[in-house]
Amino acid sequence: MYKIVEAEFIAPNVKRFVIEASKIALKRKAGQFVIVRIKEEGERIPLTIADSDNSNGTITLIVQGIGKTTKELNEHQTGDYIIDVVGPLGKPSHIENFGTAISIGGGVGTAIAYPTAVALKQAGNYTIAITGGRSKEFVILENELRNVCDEVYPTTDDGSYGFHGFVTQKLKEIIDSGKKIDFVLAIGPIPMMKAVAETTRPYGIKTVVSLNPIMVDGTGMCGGCRATVDGKTVFVCVDGPEFDAHQVDFETLTRRNLAYREMENLSLHDYKCNLEREIEKAAEVK
Amino acid sequence: MAGISNKDRMKIPRQIMPEQNPDLRRTNFKEVNLGFTEELAKLEALRCLQCPKPVCIDGCPVGVKINDFVKLVSEGDYAGAAAKIKEDNMLPAICGRVCPQEEQCEAKCVVGKKGESIAVGRLERFVADYEREHIGLSKPNVKDKTGKKVAVIGSGPAGLSCAGDLIQMGHDVTVFEALHELGGVLIYGIPEFRLPKEIVRVEIESLKDLGVEFKTNAVIGFTDTVDELMQNGYDAVFIAVGAGLPHFMNIEGENLNGVYSSNEFLTRVNLMKAYKFPEYDTPVFNCKDKNIAVFGGGNTAMDAVRTSKRLGAKNAYIIYRRSDIEMPARKEEIHHAKDEGIEFILLSNPKRFIGDENGWLKGVELIKMELGEPDASGRRKPLPIEGSNYILDIDMAIIAIGNGSNPIIQKTTADLAFNKWGNIVVNEETMATSKPGVFAGGDIVTGGATVILAMGAGRTAAKAINNYLVS
Repeated sequence: MYKIVEAEFIAPNVKRFVIEASKIALKRKAGQFVIVRIKEEGERIPLTIADSDNSNGTITLIVQGIGKTTKELNEHQTGDYIIDVVGPLGKPSHIENFGTAISIGGGVGTAIAYPTAVALKQAGNYTIAITGGRSKEFVILENELRNVCDEVYPTTDDGSYGFHGFVTQKLKEIIDSGKKIDFVLAIGPIPMMKAVAETTRPYGIKTVVSLNPIMVDGTGMCGGCRATVDGKTVFVCVDGPEFDAHQVDFETLTRRNLAYREMENLSLHDYKCNLEREIEKAAEVK
Repeated sequence: MAGISNKDRMKIPRQIMPEQNPDLRRTNFKEVNLGFTEELAKLEALRCLQCPKPVCIDGCPVGVKINDFVKLVSEGDYAGAAAKIKEDNMLPAICGRVCPQEEQCEAKCVVGKKGESIAVGRLERFVADYEREHIGLSKPNVKDKTGKKVAVIGSGPAGLSCAGDLIQMGHDVTVFEALHELGGVLIYGIPEFRLPKEIVRVEIESLKDLGVEFKTNAVIGFTDTVDELMQNGYDAVFIAVGAGLPHFMNIEGENLNGVYSSNEFLTRVNLMKAYKFPEYDTPVFNCKDKNIAVFGGGNTAMDAVRTSKRLGAKNAYIIYRRSDIEMPARKEEIHHAKDEGIEFILLSNPKRFIGDENGWLKGVELIKMELGEPDASGRRKPLPIEGSNYILDIDMAIIAIGNGSNPIIQKTTADLAFNKWGNIVVNEETMATSKPGVFAGGDIVTGGATVILAMGAGRTAAKAINNYLVS
């Protein structure tokens, strides 16, 4: 059992958890993930480690409630327990002093881009962060990024905060300003990562994305997370999760991630109905 | 009964294993074989000639004293029979079910030379079940503590058998398991209808009773490396992580939606209980009224295809590139599959998977094969018949052509020798690796093999580890 020592919403539907897992805290490197199972009947889902604190033996996970499991996880409060947290899994981010590096996070992807931004800065890079959200309340970790990076650009789709537009527009603006960019990391929704790849491709800037396929064991045993990179099949859990953005077949990734959509919707629907029933019951008791 | 002549013994027919009716069982996940009754077991045991030179034992990878335990069964001393088996095999309820006895002990049986061999596996299973259900598992003697600590990596058959022996030798044993549940392939791979999970749990509980410590969610290589285990007070390490990296066929369309590895399909259903979706959160593609093809001819292929039938498949096919003679699956499994309505498409090989406009599998192009000269494996090599291609409509494909070696230990353990396939290189007599104090056994050494071979390796390693620790 893994205790949640802090739980707070940091954006609508996005919750930050600090979880006791001392061994993982000690071992984890930027870019690695854990597999979490929240209860006996639960599924195993991968979540990238956003941060860790060695002295307290904790790791930080930032979770966007999308499907049943993430929504149910986001119902958890400080003091609650998660039955299984395993990791750190996957290859750490490849970090070196590239020169000038841009770390781009889209929505909750910022949580995943953040530790790599920290590592890039520590390796000596001039580090620029772009963190995008639909609107102001969806921009997360801006202060944390400001503490680490040389430049930070929040962007919003609706212009309610920071740069008005997509992260790719801001990225292009920076590249076209004449600054020599040596490395780009992009983490977020698949359309965003694909758009970043297409933005940097003509410039030949080395660009890395962190893939988020469906996983079961997370150790290479099932092959469910396979993706196509450079025309070859890879297992994201052991060969990744980070890959050369210009080589990733994003269409296959998108399609495979939608494979269980019908069942996921059913599961979520049942979960919401049960929640509503419970709320009604609680109201009757009162 | 003692006075029964060999001639009379030979007249008793091999007793038939009672099974669930095929029409019923293909709709449920309950065990197919129901087990011998006492009466059947005694009759079967009486068939044994009690040879002065029991060659059956030579056929057993762990050397169970088959003649002795069978004699005890014929005398009705089931507790004695259980104790006798456990001198050599800690997990008889499992082996009695999943060992390929027909290629091992039963293949050597003298009675089998003229008629049908003694049903050793069925008797082993009877004894283990009888003990568990009517007597309670006996607790073997544990020697005085040696103060030595051993880390066992993996809780599958090799790891469990090694842990069981080491704890009895007086060493402290910790078993590290990557998944959230113990048992390895016995839990995630082999389905309930062939090996009820309760049996595996009971065996693991009995190891816990003896003092074996288990740690789940521990991916050695990541959570701790092998070197860190050694630095943190473990005097020896046994690596039994299994094969655990599914092979695909590298043909067009393999990443279409609807194509699974057998590992993924079986893990979803067995470990994650996807057959109970949505009560359990993990889904599996809907098999109901679908056409499902499993590629491969081994036991895992049979497990997968029979599972798909139980999940409601309309047509469930085994597609195998050789003929049924070359199939590596146990005869019993093939026979069970056929009884359950599985269709066998033999001498056929897939060329490509075909998807619909949304990227979902809708068919497979097959080419017919013929058998040529024997290849390196001694089996006749399948050769394609040019121009014989045809398309079979399928909604789901499961690839069950075996496993490669999982790379995690290899990538994180510097001075451990591996062969070109990623298998750990060991001294076959001691299971010692190139790294002092580190031993390995099971599928990570041999490549995909059987439960009993892995258990045998675990026992061999336990002996060698004991020698290493006390010397």
